[in-house]
Amino acid sequence: MDIASGLLHGFAVALQPSNVIWCFVGCLLGTIVGIMPGLGPAATIALLLPLTFKMDPSGGIIMLAGIYYGAKYGGSTTSILLNIPGESSSVVTCLDGYQMARKGRAGAALGIAAIASFVAGTVGVIGLTLVAPPVAAFALSFSSPEYFALMCLGLALVVLLSGASLLKGLLSLLLGLWLTSIGTDLFTAQSRFIFGQATLLGGIDFMVVAIGVFAIGEVLGSVEDGEEAKVLPVPRGFRNLLPNAEELKACRFAFLNGSITGFLVGCLPGGGATISSFIAYGIEKAVSKHPEQFGKGAPEGVAAPEGANNADTGGALVPLLTLGIPSGGSTAIMLSALVLWGVKPGPLMMQESPDVFWGLVASMYIGNVVLLILNLPLVPLFAQILRLPVYVLFPIIFGISIVGAYGASGRMFDLGLLVGFGLLGYAMSKLKYPSAPLILGFVLGDAMERALRQSLMMSQGDLLTLVERPISAIMLSLALVILLIPLFGWLNRLRVRAITENG
Amino acid sequence: MLGAFLKKGDVISGAVLAALGVFIITQSRAWDYYTLDGPGPGFFPFWYGVAMVVLSLLLIVSSARNGDDGKSKGVDWPATGRAMMTWLAFAVSVALMNFLGFLISFALLAFFLVTVIFRRPVITAAVVAVTSALAFHLIFPVALSVSLPTGPFGF
Repeated sequence: MDIASGLLHGFAVALQPSNVIWCFVGCLLGTIVGIMPGLGPAATIALLLPLTFKMDPSGGIIMLAGIYYGAKYGGSTTSILLNIPGESSSVVTCLDGYQMARKGRAGAALGIAAIASFVAGTVGVIGLTLVAPPVAAFALSFSSPEYFALMCLGLALVVLLSGASLLKGLLSLLLGLWLTSIGTDLFTAQSRFIFGQATLLGGIDFMVVAIGVFAIGEVLGSVEDGEEAKVLPVPRGFRNLLPNAEELKACRFAFLNGSITGFLVGCLPGGGATISSFIAYGIEKAVSKHPEQFGKGAPEGVAAPEGANNADTGGALVPLLTLGIPSGGSTAIMLSALVLWGVKPGPLMMQESPDVFWGLVASMYIGNVVLLILNLPLVPLFAQILRLPVYVLFPIIFGISIVGAYGASGRMFDLGLLVGFGLLGYAMSKLKYPSAPLILGFVLGDAMERALRQSLMMSQGDLLTLVERPISAIMLSLALVILLIPLFGWLNRLRVRAITENG
Repeated sequence: MLGAFLKKGDVISGAVLAALGVFIITQSRAWDYYTLDGPGPGFFPFWYGVAMVVLSLLLIVSSARNGDDGKSKGVDWPATGRAMMTWLAFAVSVALMNFLGFLISFALLAFFLVTVIFRRPVITAAVVAVTSALAFHLIFPVALSVSLPTGPFGF
């Protein structure tokens, strides 16, 4: 199936009435939860994942993707109206978005964010459509050593970009590898680390880890603040949400910059929307004729990071769908969902599950239009969500977390684990251990161990097999170079600055 | 001096992770490291256990060497206390679900959070607790047939 016929097939799937509804529901739920401060896209997907368990894979992944990019759209609203980012990728949007709102241009700032998200989100999906098939074709030649090397490279990048301390990133990753080892060894049926609990023979449910570390951990962190922020008013009326001609003209380059930067950075494991929004903002400021306006309400300071934030979605799905390698927490949860439905992301996904692959890609074109419609005229309505008191919101999040963790297995034991992982997530955020490497280590650990053991079986125990094959040698060398970056002072300072400036 | 040093989260978390690494290595030694077919179930855990010990020790050493740079803020104990009380309430409500079921345990959790953590009036807390618990019951077990822990009253 070539790209054009694949995309046509995808639209036939995505335009089925039920799938259009799931796409709309996903975008709506994502936007609503994304607007609430304290819950990022990963936590949102983890919380709402149980809703998709009984759905068919195409409808389920279409809804999950809708939640994913819907939450990103919603994140800008809190940045602009509250000066509190809905998620880390909207941190940069606060700089100019909130200043525009203070000058009475809240409507225009929200409009620019929505238009930039639409333009860049669509460019990101076009990129995914064009890039995914050749990447998958290339990956068909991969065997166990290449897959092991690819996972090493992906995890190294995630560790590199997830936090200021590389050591803590690596330790978080190792913790994830250990947690995923709990259960029964797939090769020998030997039970490992089960502490005499028969319920652990099947391993720890991914949902429990994801909801505990992301949702409960984030809520506990938010409870610390206690104070409720004051919302700036949003002008009513569609016209007031449209930026004027001068503002749109100023944003022309920012739309393009955000689209390209977001997609390219999104393709990198660990790159993520936070880094891409920061880079796009930096580029915009560097090439601007009036850089002194940045931070004081420059419209392009909103357009560039919001565009990058949303173009990143298309990029992040390239390694997930073609290689089976998630690039961050949100895509790791989507990978688990696909596996749960019996769909195997990787180079053969386009042939084995064309409905899911092309249906998802096509639904994202539709979803971007849905979100533009939702976000332009309905922003004043969504802004009312920000008036929902936290003392109502937080018990609801706890309730949804319990339903999500218990609903998957029906075991009280999993609720006990949820309590433990919630505390772990909170402790990690307090001690500045990044959580993304833990989640990725947990998701990829099994596959990584299998690839390593299969490689060594094939070579009869010769470790050199990992570096004798050119592709795996290149990827392992790159992973090693990445992990050595902290030894190069100036390079590490750049890395740390990029991460810490993003909060 | 030693007390301040030990209080540092990096040192404590490094020590905990180093202990976990030692545990992983010890456990993995009980399983086959290598079999006739290839690496055994102890192979992979052994190596990540070793890596965990080495990296944890590096974290402890680097933390001890850097010392206190004066930039790091101290722990905000009242804020941390709020978070820990919330977590404890959550843990107790989960434990109570074994006996009281979801509906009552969740209502108690919501009531506690609203009154104690967010310091709102008892009436407000009661309204939030009852309406949110009922809403969860009607949406999940009743409308969507999602099973939730049940107590002696069947809900």
